[in-house]
Amino acid sequence: MTIKQILMLIPVLPLLAAAIVGIFRNFLPRWAGHVLTIAGVGAAFVLAVYIFNQTLSGFTLNEAIYTWLDSGDVHFEVGFLIDNLSAMMMVVVTFVSLMVHIYTIGYMAEDPGYSRFFSYISLFTFSMLMLVMSNNFMQLFFGWEAVGLVSYLLIGFWFTRPTAIYANLKAFLVNRVGDFGFLLGIGMVLYYFGSLDYATVFQRAPGLAETQINLLGSCNWSLMTVTCLLLFVGAMGKSAQVPLHVWLPDSMEGPTPISALIHAATMVTAGIFMVARMSPLYELSTTALSTVMVIGAITALFMGFLGIIQNDIKRVVAYSTLSQLGYMTVALGASAYSVAIFHLMTHAFFKALLFLGAGSVIMGMHHDQDIRNMGNLKKYLPITWITSLIGSLALIGTPFFAGFYSKDSIIEAVELSHIPGSGFAYFAVIVGVFVTAFYSFRLYFLVFHGEEKWRHAKHDDHAHAAHSDAHADAHHDDDHAHDEEHHHGLGPNDNPHEPGWVVTLPLVLLAIPSLVIGYIALEPMLYGDFFKNVIFVNPEAHPAMEHLAHHYHEFMHSPAGMAIHGFTSLPFFLAASGVLLSWFFYMKRPDIPAAIKARCSVIYNILENKYGFDSFNEKFFAGGSRCLGSLLWKFGDITLIDGAMVNGTANTMGKIAAKMRNLQSGLIYHYAFAMIIGVFLLMTFFIKIN
Amino acid sequence: MMQADLTSISWLSLAIWLPVLSGVLVLLLGGDHKATLTRWLALAGSLVSFLVTLPLYTLFDVQDGFFQFEELLPWVPAFNMHYHLGVDGFSMPLVLLTSFTTVIVVLAGWEVITKHIAQYMAAFLIMSGIMIGVFTALDAILYYVFWEAMLIPMFLVIGIWGGPNRVYATIKFFLYTLLGSLLMLVAFIYLYHQTGSFELADYYLLPLSMQAQIYIFIAFFMAFAVKIPMWPVHTWLPDAHVEAPTGGSVVLAAIALKLGGYSFLRFAMPIAPDAAHYFSTAMIVLSLIAVVYIALVALVQKDMKKLIAYSSISHMGFVTLGFFMFSQLALEGAVVQMISHGFISSAMFLSVGVLYDRVHSREISAYGGVVNKMPVFAAFAVLFAMANSGLPGTSGFVGEFMVILAAVKFNFWVAFFAATTLIFGAAYTLWMTKRVFFGNVTNHHVAELSDLNKREFLILGILALLVIGFGVYPQPLTEVMQATSAEFLKHMAISKLPVTGY
Repeated sequence: MTIKQILMLIPVLPLLAAAIVGIFRNFLPRWAGHVLTIAGVGAAFVLAVYIFNQTLSGFTLNEAIYTWLDSGDVHFEVGFLIDNLSAMMMVVVTFVSLMVHIYTIGYMAEDPGYSRFFSYISLFTFSMLMLVMSNNFMQLFFGWEAVGLVSYLLIGFWFTRPTAIYANLKAFLVNRVGDFGFLLGIGMVLYYFGSLDYATVFQRAPGLAETQINLLGSCNWSLMTVTCLLLFVGAMGKSAQVPLHVWLPDSMEGPTPISALIHAATMVTAGIFMVARMSPLYELSTTALSTVMVIGAITALFMGFLGIIQNDIKRVVAYSTLSQLGYMTVALGASAYSVAIFHLMTHAFFKALLFLGAGSVIMGMHHDQDIRNMGNLKKYLPITWITSLIGSLALIGTPFFAGFYSKDSIIEAVELSHIPGSGFAYFAVIVGVFVTAFYSFRLYFLVFHGEEKWRHAKHDDHAHAAHSDAHADAHHDDDHAHDEEHHHGLGPNDNPHEPGWVVTLPLVLLAIPSLVIGYIALEPMLYGDFFKNVIFVNPEAHPAMEHLAHHYHEFMHSPAGMAIHGFTSLPFFLAASGVLLSWFFYMKRPDIPAAIKARCSVIYNILENKYGFDSFNEKFFAGGSRCLGSLLWKFGDITLIDGAMVNGTANTMGKIAAKMRNLQSGLIYHYAFAMIIGVFLLMTFFIKIN
Repeated sequence: MMQADLTSISWLSLAIWLPVLSGVLVLLLGGDHKATLTRWLALAGSLVSFLVTLPLYTLFDVQDGFFQFEELLPWVPAFNMHYHLGVDGFSMPLVLLTSFTTVIVVLAGWEVITKHIAQYMAAFLIMSGIMIGVFTALDAILYYVFWEAMLIPMFLVIGIWGGPNRVYATIKFFLYTLLGSLLMLVAFIYLYHQTGSFELADYYLLPLSMQAQIYIFIAFFMAFAVKIPMWPVHTWLPDAHVEAPTGGSVVLAAIALKLGGYSFLRFAMPIAPDAAHYFSTAMIVLSLIAVVYIALVALVQKDMKKLIAYSSISHMGFVTLGFFMFSQLALEGAVVQMISHGFISSAMFLSVGVLYDRVHSREISAYGGVVNKMPVFAAFAVLFAMANSGLPGTSGFVGEFMVILAAVKFNFWVAFFAATTLIFGAAYTLWMTKRVFFGNVTNHHVAELSDLNKREFLILGILALLVIGFGVYPQPLTEVMQATSAEFLKHMAISKLPVTGY
């Protein structure tokens, strides 16, 4: 088997499994659902590891598979670009996907849509692989939208829940806003670079660096800035950057395994991947990088704040994902693409772990997601407890854990960056460290320590405070059914149980890389030549990465050295104080947060309303479009075109005809009179002429 | 040897007259008391008619940008009229689309139509032949006869098998289109006086002053813009769709609208190329209004068929937009959009038909939670909704993608407004999908729904395969029009203004 065939198998196997299970799910036994898809994804993972090994020893490939279509001198192809970046992404995607597949056996065990779920997540794996393996913009866009489709299907997996089908529509449309910009960006690339093939585009990019274009009025824009910003709009949608972040918290309506796979580990990082892939373009526009950095910084900080007040276990993790995506985006803005990808990878492991851990807790709690009803679960769910602790420690950047290496590198890279906006970005990421530690350990303490609050929880008003955001078009009569479905939870005398090995095994397997991957991958990815010829940085214009390497070699020497150094750095103190404060607030003196909440109700309300993005979008964009549509329809189509023109013409005709009818009276002397007048007129006319 | 034999057959005449003949046969032999025979006869007729159009694809020479499969016979020698047929890369796919859609329509009306079955089936078969006539006629009068003749069966289909408000809809439909096409006849007569011929090829070569071109273009525009329909002469379409039976809607959306689009390419633009350039800005503005304005109108529709009708107008905006940017990518994108829209709008209307046959309502609010009772159908519906929203991997993406990419080159802001379809198209389609299919079962009508039967599954399954197939691999479709579109643009680039004068 040639290597090209192996490469083709990697996305095709999950697709095939998805198709078979999806189409024949009613004819196949239940076990076939997970056996086939796990076989497909497992084989893809093994092959991806093989390819990754090949790329480590220098293998690269950039080849078309088939011609999608030709039109004049424009060629669209489907093809693969395999280098260290895509090979690494393939391994991460297939590994996390495999873990989630296994985990799903336990998590969805009682769900009637069991096989359908497996079919979707395999389809997702295919789409994501097509996205990362692409060698051109057209296929990238295909993968980009295909993962959006599967995300839509999976958020709305429980299609009877009004909140779920509201959230999936919202997710799709907000992503479409991003894709709108993305598509225009692709159009700019095709027009100015004359190709959609990465290699060709990157090759031509330096020659176009100084090109100015005129979009509106007499104002000239740099081509690179416009193109990069348009492409970045796509990344903002997919990677949930402010203000297109609004869909991600709501996407938690989907089953927890997909929150781990799609809305934490892989799909939402597609935007980060894309920008890193396009580094030869972004390097040519400091303006674009600045924008990227500022937007990332806003996301990193302000979404972190929202994590503090959430009570739904999944939403806390979701806001932490938003915030971490902001960190990655900041790294991109600082031209530290490799650091962003490094954080993407470590984050994929520990965030998938945290989500799956949350899922395990949710199962233990019989689908009660409110952290206020939990507590002391370490006693009942020991594996979940340990692994979640590892995940949390990795997330807040504890030295030696995976997240430490990537996050600290981001912070340092931002510190060393001098492009406009880097001052603010540094402030945001450094404050963000404290915020992250605070909300992560708030969650951790409330869930795993303290008293067993479900024993005296009031189940009537439970949980879904976060769900009850006024969902405008959720039907009232559905609320009842909605409650019924959600209303699980432990009784006062029940004890939670750790789920079986299918759930705990993925937790353990994800905890291992969350511990060690940073230590292993730091040097090759950031300071070695792993991303040589893949990620391009212009050291003259954006020297942050070079300074970072210099700094590392001078002071840290090794990953261990960096970790030891880390214990004395500012981020560590901030993280530690965040943990301590959350312990003090939620374990020692729970009255304090309540008092703060009462005192600072203004701030609390702002956070509760998520800065008002949702209500603004709902009123302005959704409401505005409906209003405008109604106006155009009722006034434009019905009143003006149909009323005045079409039926107006018909009515006028009718009136004229009525008048004409009066002339045809049928009386001879009327006609004779008309004839005489006519004859006279004609005679006058001819006499005049002659 | 074999090849020579095959090419000597008059495939185009067969494509036109076989369905007409089968229609007449169904009328003669069929009837309500022998319904089964009538249906099978109609199906056989449509299948054979479809099969005879397949050689047009397999024997098509993709290198040849001019007319192929030509047939030329004298018709009315006194006025120099000919029975002249031929196809190029633009019309050949449309011919296949027509004969294919007829099979679908016959299947779609199978058990649904219970009164005047023979007449119903015959109307569609005859209409199919007539529409292929429009796509293949190279003689102006022959074309005009087919063009007008098509109105009659459509008028009958809506008028007899239509909904409660069908009289208003048919009259509106008939008058709208008739008024438009009368001016076209005037233009043909003018051209006849200039050339002494009704031969299309003569018109292509005829030098015309700018003023004459402008008048001719306007006359054609009136006829074709109504048919497409372009804003602001579009209001007949939602009414016609709402009242038409499912089969009527399918033919209207899948083929009748394309008659207008195709005719721009065949007549208005090449006969008056300078006027086409002159009016291109106006045409692009009208197209963009169709894309944006109509999408917003679609968003607030309460009737599923009306929503899809407006969505059709919005999608056809991409067709006219693609025509008037004069680039190969845009032009081919527009033609691809026509074909793809043929599949997707058929599928959407058939889906509404599936629901209407069971519940007898087209109101969105009459449904909710259909997926609970019809999971297989819901899967198809979501697929077609996604295709309608232009999801990559479905045929709906290809044309829009090509036109938007070409638009960026033409003018960034044109692309900007055209690309809003990504948002609005998804908004109206998926919002409807959400309200109809998702959620809990809302009423007893929905609770009593039964999933697709085999016939419905077959129809939607075939369309689904085509929608995905052309989305994943559109090359077979675009390669047949490459040479033609290159020739077309070459022709359009040459001014027809007389060298002297004006």
